[in-house]
Amino acid sequence: MRRKSISYAKWGYIFTAPFFIAFFVFNLIPLVSTMYNSFFENYLVLGTTQVGPNWVGLKNYSDLFAGADLGKFFLNTLILQMLGFIPQIFFSLLFASWFTDLRLKLKTGAYKIIFYMPNVIMAAAMGMLFFTLFSQSGPINSVYQSITGAESPYMFFDHVWTTRGIISLINFLMWYGNTTIMLMAAINGIDPSLYESAQIDGANPTQTFWKITIPLIRPILVYVLITSLIGGLQMFDVPQIVTNGGDALDRSSMTIVMYLNKHLYSKNYGMAGALSVLLFIVAGILSMLIFMLNRDSTATKKKKRKGGKK
Amino acid sequence: MAQLKKILAGTFAVMMTAAVFAGCGDSSSSKSDTSKSGDSAAAATSEGGEGGGDSVGDYKPAKAERITQTAEGSEDSKNTIKICTWNDEFKSRLRNFYPNYDAEKSGFKINAEGKEEVGETEYLKNGKKIVWVTTANENNAYQNKLDEDLKAQAGSDDKIDMFLIEADYALKYVNGPYVKPVKELGITDDDIKDQYKYTQEVVTDANGDLEGVTWQATPGLFAYRADIAKEVLGTDDPAEVQKSLANWDEFNKTAAKMKEKGYFMLSGYDDSYRTFSNNVSKAWVNANLEVTVDDNLMKWVDQTKEYSEKGYNNGTSLWDDQWKADQGTKGKVFGFFYSTWGINFTLVEQAEDHAGKKDGLYGQYRVCEGPQAYFWGGTWICAADGTDNEEDVKDIMKYMACDKDTLLKITKDTQDYTNNQPAMEELAKDFKSEFLGGQNHIALFVAAAPKIDCSKLGPYDQACNESFQKAFKDYFLGKVSKDEALKNFYTYVKEKHSELKVPS
Repeated sequence: MRRKSISYAKWGYIFTAPFFIAFFVFNLIPLVSTMYNSFFENYLVLGTTQVGPNWVGLKNYSDLFAGADLGKFFLNTLILQMLGFIPQIFFSLLFASWFTDLRLKLKTGAYKIIFYMPNVIMAAAMGMLFFTLFSQSGPINSVYQSITGAESPYMFFDHVWTTRGIISLINFLMWYGNTTIMLMAAINGIDPSLYESAQIDGANPTQTFWKITIPLIRPILVYVLITSLIGGLQMFDVPQIVTNGGDALDRSSMTIVMYLNKHLYSKNYGMAGALSVLLFIVAGILSMLIFMLNRDSTATKKKKRKGGKK
Repeated sequence: MAQLKKILAGTFAVMMTAAVFAGCGDSSSSKSDTSKSGDSAAAATSEGGEGGGDSVGDYKPAKAERITQTAEGSEDSKNTIKICTWNDEFKSRLRNFYPNYDAEKSGFKINAEGKEEVGETEYLKNGKKIVWVTTANENNAYQNKLDEDLKAQAGSDDKIDMFLIEADYALKYVNGPYVKPVKELGITDDDIKDQYKYTQEVVTDANGDLEGVTWQATPGLFAYRADIAKEVLGTDDPAEVQKSLANWDEFNKTAAKMKEKGYFMLSGYDDSYRTFSNNVSKAWVNANLEVTVDDNLMKWVDQTKEYSEKGYNNGTSLWDDQWKADQGTKGKVFGFFYSTWGINFTLVEQAEDHAGKKDGLYGQYRVCEGPQAYFWGGTWICAADGTDNEEDVKDIMKYMACDKDTLLKITKDTQDYTNNQPAMEELAKDFKSEFLGGQNHIALFVAAAPKIDCSKLGPYDQACNESFQKAFKDYFLGKVSKDEALKNFYTYVKEKHSELKVPS
């Protein structure tokens, strides 16, 4: 009996093998070696002479927690991320629901391309562009001065919240198009008859949005949240360019990866390794959390479906 | 089973997410392996200065052992002069003044906007190619790139022939293992006898060997706007204006007058920095590798804080767009602390509305000594150990830094202050700078140059100077307290050079 059943499982393994091999060679080995390196004192003196690697145990970690404001950099990352993510999800949902609305019948092709445009530009170039736009002698300031008649320009990059705002604005502009398109795909996947029957029952657009659209695109929303969280933790190029290295304003816009870059830049491999491991742990915890949330929702759905069949 | 699958799937999900981050650690782990060999040398240099005993002097690095070249340069490398630099200054000097530079074959010309243009490849008259490796100077970027390239030099068949260094990190390369002493190239003491002594002291290593040469000396002056001086001080005569700037008290009083008339005394926070940092009583790093802040630097902090609060400066930072704009026709800034290269290379560029047209503020600037003698910058030419074009390197060094006629020509054509004391003194007798409205600024430089004291320079200066300016900008903006700024400064330096000790 058992022999007759054909197992297709091996094909699954064969087809997924290239990924696992690549993952092992290019990701897992460096990952483990980074962890290993984080226990060593290992840096360059004046660019020429190497100190270490000497085994120092957890000293890099204790230096990391004692020395700099690690919590501050995590908080900065979170603030910058949220400042960008909240308007991003708001506008994406708004545009996605407008463009997919059966009654509005908008032609969306051109908009999709326009919305996606900012994402095509390199992040560093966007950073440079906005830095120039908002600089002391930049166009935004000449407009501001001619409207308000102010004598001196407003120094956007000398204030914490304007700097953070500009960084978040760039991130928002770069990513809302991407999110809009994903959400549109999700909404298009909903059975139109649901909307039609709701309308016949007298539901207004707000009701159909909150009662039909949102619950049914929840998995995609969670996916958007995951990707943006991962992207946010790695935020580097935009704030790096805009703040010219991030030291400005008591490091109030320095993200955790920018801090990592400081150590890598000065070839301090031990400290950089320790920080990488820390980042890995945080990312792992966050991913696990979202995975659990997602699993719970699918599990309950399955139960409901089973119940329905009975 | 289903449970197991879920756990497996979950683990993979986490691993994939983690994989995204692994890239960050990637470069650290792979690079560290290649550099393990240098272990023993490290200890030698970092402890080199600690022999001083109880009295803690300034940190002076010991000379590192030179490295034996393991590979020979390829044919191509032997026909290519590879030069590492961070800006266009030396390029321009070489193109304009080196007699063996083949301007025709290189397609070198001055275009309609007054900018220099070259063809795709540049050549010397003997047919050898010139290749420039240019990396921006800021934030140790040039040093990092140079370190990597020079480290690979011994085993590479594409040899670097020359590299340029700046005063802030000259000692690092002079005492490093990658430089070829000038003596070995065949440049004699007689060739360099007329150079300013300080330009040689900067690039003399711990063993007393000269490791580089320069075509310029860089005493600093205060460049001011004649039109503003006339309006506010009633005179634009340099000798009279100097009286209003003779010391810091007078300087501050003049600053207040400028403010009354709606002008700024200085453009930014860092403008006066070098006048203070060159007059320190101790170096940044002492023999125990501890970072120390000299009292004179704290005077800079206090003065700049006062200027910022009273609106005597325009709140810019060195090299940013507004700082540059402040030097042009739209600027409302009285003056700038600039050394030689700053006047003929940087200020000219910003002062004109159209580069090379001699319009805008061309002829509106004057110079005077200012409140304190100082120097700023300076570019030295070093021969890279292992160069496979020794003759050409020697020839370039000899012409560009030792030849009296070339140096005189440079000064006459570009108003740069060149490194030949008798020639400059001769020139100072009657010199008129068109850019400075006919003023003889060379005479001021001749008087200022012998005052230059480079004894407090150290190999860590770039990181310290940049970090100090960065950290205290927050204080000037009122974002942090003085103590916090100082703490931030120590943090920044420690991150750049972890071997240094900072107060915790």
